[in-house]
Amino acid sequence: MRRILFLARAEVLHIVRDRTTLAQVLVVPVVQLLVLVNAATFVIRDTPTYVVDYDRTSASRGLTNRLAASGHFRVLERSASLTQANDALLEGTATLVVTIPRDFEKSLTREGRAPVQLVVNAEKGSAAGIVLNYAGQILARYSAELGRELRPSVFTIGAGTSEPAPGRGNPRIEVRTRGWYNATLDYRHYMVPGILVALVTLIGTLLSAQNIAREKELGTLEQLNVTPLTRAQFIAAKLLPLWVLGLFDLGLGLLAGKLVFDVPMRGSLLLLFAAAAIYLLVALAIGLLISTGVDTQQQAMFVTFFVLNIYLLLSGLFTPIDSMSPWMQAVSQLNPVRHFVTISRAVLIKGAGLAEVAQPLVILCGFAVVSLTLAVQRYHKRTV
Amino acid sequence: MTALWGLLRKEALHILRDRRTLAVLLLLPVLQVVIFGYAIRTDVEDVRLAIVDPAPDFATLRLRGRLTAAHVFRLITVLRETEPLERLFQTGAVQAALVFEPGFADDLGRGLPARLLVITDTTEPNTGVTIQGHVLSVVQSVMREMPPRAGGVQIVPEARLRFNPTAESKNLFVPGLMAFVLTIISCLMTAITLTREKETGTMEALLVSPLRPWQIIVGKVAPYLLVGFASVIGVIVEARLVFDVPLRGSVPLLLAEGVLFILVSLALGVLISARTDSQRVAMTAALLGTMLPTMILSGFIFPVESMPRVLQYLSNVVPAKWFVIIARGIMLKGVGLAYLWQETLVLFGMALVLLGAAARSFHERLE
Amino acid sequence: MTDGPPVIEVKDLTRTFGSFVAVDHITFEVHPGEVFGFLGANGAGKTTAIRMLTGLLVPSGGQAKVAGHDVYTQSESVKRSIGYMSQRFSLYEDLTVRENAQLYGGIYGLRDAEIRERIGAMLSRLKLEAAADTRVSALPLGWRQKLAFSVALLHRPTIVFLDEPTSGVDPVTRRQFWELIYETARAGTTVLVTTHYMDEAEYCDRISIMVAGRIEALGAPSDLKEQFGVESMDELFVRLARPATGAPAGSAPP
Repeated sequence: MRRILFLARAEVLHIVRDRTTLAQVLVVPVVQLLVLVNAATFVIRDTPTYVVDYDRTSASRGLTNRLAASGHFRVLERSASLTQANDALLEGTATLVVTIPRDFEKSLTREGRAPVQLVVNAEKGSAAGIVLNYAGQILARYSAELGRELRPSVFTIGAGTSEPAPGRGNPRIEVRTRGWYNATLDYRHYMVPGILVALVTLIGTLLSAQNIAREKELGTLEQLNVTPLTRAQFIAAKLLPLWVLGLFDLGLGLLAGKLVFDVPMRGSLLLLFAAAAIYLLVALAIGLLISTGVDTQQQAMFVTFFVLNIYLLLSGLFTPIDSMSPWMQAVSQLNPVRHFVTISRAVLIKGAGLAEVAQPLVILCGFAVVSLTLAVQRYHKRTV
Repeated sequence: MTALWGLLRKEALHILRDRRTLAVLLLLPVLQVVIFGYAIRTDVEDVRLAIVDPAPDFATLRLRGRLTAAHVFRLITVLRETEPLERLFQTGAVQAALVFEPGFADDLGRGLPARLLVITDTTEPNTGVTIQGHVLSVVQSVMREMPPRAGGVQIVPEARLRFNPTAESKNLFVPGLMAFVLTIISCLMTAITLTREKETGTMEALLVSPLRPWQIIVGKVAPYLLVGFASVIGVIVEARLVFDVPLRGSVPLLLAEGVLFILVSLALGVLISARTDSQRVAMTAALLGTMLPTMILSGFIFPVESMPRVLQYLSNVVPAKWFVIIARGIMLKGVGLAYLWQETLVLFGMALVLLGAAARSFHERLE
Repeated sequence: MTDGPPVIEVKDLTRTFGSFVAVDHITFEVHPGEVFGFLGANGAGKTTAIRMLTGLLVPSGGQAKVAGHDVYTQSESVKRSIGYMSQRFSLYEDLTVRENAQLYGGIYGLRDAEIRERIGAMLSRLKLEAAADTRVSALPLGWRQKLAFSVALLHRPTIVFLDEPTSGVDPVTRRQFWELIYETARAGTTVLVTTHYMDEAEYCDRISIMVAGRIEALGAPSDLKEQFGVESMDELFVRLARPATGAPAGSAPP
């Protein structure tokens, strides 16, 4: 046990004295956090829109104004020609083209209904649906307003709904929607926990892989192999400082997240750190495994980046796990990063407690045991 | 010129003889497109739904039935009260809940507003909003079937989805994925040439030889361009066969643009190798300088339009950003150079600038 | 030399890498308190042999015992009884002299008081008291070699293995280093040193010369010179490396 502490102490001195490592550990994560969180967003706003207005009445202009004022759309042209609009779609200058037909106001006044064509560039996949959602909401609200003006009746407008409230005699459903967690729909709140996981993983795996690869390169590894230090002791001593460092960085990142992005921290931080402690063991063990397969620090870095890339992109960090194909979702169960991302988001954003994250936590424990055992097994003091 | 041929032959032999690396270079992009193509999606399907129905009756059952029939939702559980909901959301067992307020059926019958609460998990904002939209549209279609009202107006949206009628996110991501994967390959290839030359010390020998700097560059880049071309083909074929991504535009144009893009990435790699002597620095620069920015800033996953202004400007420096636009344009919109000439020009420009800078660096090394 | 059972007993020790035979059935013994020189050209198999004796490499065949422990089955006990100074300098450059010594002292299980004491003695012997808290990277090469040697001795091993300790070091420092070696041997620690400098052979009590994986000469320098009829170790080596030139090769006395 003492021997472990001796070696661990030397490790700490190494880290503290190596300026590049220090930078990697303290500065880079925070910078990355700040940049990534701002970049990693799917928020849809200011959708460039062209309006083709064949009607040119106050009703049609009113609709255009509503769209422009909503904040969701940036109306670039209020009375474009159809060719212009189509070109804009092809070029990518416009994402949405709203075509208001002739006799729009007249139809509304006489028959009570009129169509409006919405053509959206669906390159963006599901974003198209959301754009249509927003547009639909605006149309519905405007319908209600116009209803009062053009064809007043006994009906009154309900508050906070997207459909007019019922009047006497006719059945109506009043729908209220509520978003649980992240009600402000702030993508940064969604991304911060995930990116923190990525950073902690990067540090754990990259540093442990590089560390041992460096000893191999320098020859100091051989010196240690000749000593009576067992491989379990050696590994424990190497990983201990990095483990502490990883947890420290998590704390640092959380602080930055709170100060800069006002990330909610609904659940127990203790639970989060406990999960992190277990998760770091896995990350470190993977780094160790990588180091047993390479000879130089460079190779260690390269392999780590590749491996981590795959892990991170398949972890639900950037794109939701629920959106993956079903078999891919099953495969992702094998990804320890996925589980820690789930736990982080559940604890920080949803305020989950131990009972709610028990399943992924247990899986993480399993991973820790397996990966550490593998790492210790693969490390040989003696070449056969 | 014979000197150049000699160099080209040597590089080609290097590549062909290192079977393992060649296999990796050809298989890796294909493998990555498959894995990531299935994983990087933002479609909302199979939404896990809970229903809280304190007093089930014909009306509530009708709405419930419509929701489950929509195939968008998967009913997980039906509860009598809202208490267990929190836990279900926190474990992720449920993504949305439909809560019939007590007296729903009675109110409906009496012509009073019948209240319905839709709770969606908006941790991931777009998913939340999309689920809301789905629920609302089902509710609206039910309401439309109810007796029409005597007054009021209804503006009926007729929606059309252009370029991606099924609005599947894979069609969005796979072209971008191609850019990402090709970037990785180019990065890898540069790393390989770097290692080989520096380790064997032959770089110095080349510089001292009668070969002019531009010849050295051509000699180093050309063979890898061919390997890259093979990757481009592989990746496009995969997009079509495995993911059924449409290819509405010109295939030769897409191939040409792909090769141009690889040229830019290789040029960047050569420039890095010309500037640094330390392999470690070169590799770090290659990795950090290509992989990370491409993943985050190129618009491959996160739309550039969604980013803050500053980052939008920054993304213009990332070659992959332009190729993503080109790939999506050709494949999904079916447009040609007429619409894509600007982006193509940018890539051309980048290639020239980078290659020129690399040539100058080699010049400097000789002095 | 002191009395007692051999500190190293090697019989028919062999190591192959695929079809290449790096060490080919070597047999020798090293007695307590000896300074034993393990010589040979680069690539002759010296380092491979040492790695087998220090428990870094498993032999392909033959027997070997170091400090009474079997190299196959008791490699961890072997490690406790030996010291090692590798060819690639292996103290940590970014740690100070004292910190390096403390690290290895701790790894070998010395108690805090012992560590303090022995470090103090080591520093005064090497006259490095002033440099105790400077980083090793700041020391000149010669000093680093001496330091690595001393650190290898901190835990008072039975035998210490030195792999090319004087490579790249100036003649004055080499001389000083050998004085350290003598001191160590006189104090009872056996020293096995490999070198490709033939003149250093003269400094050893006994030597062995490896050529292409085999021991072609074994014995005290003076005896060998007589046996082979040469004036210097250089000549002896040349003679052994090219058996076609006349002298009987492979005549290693038991």
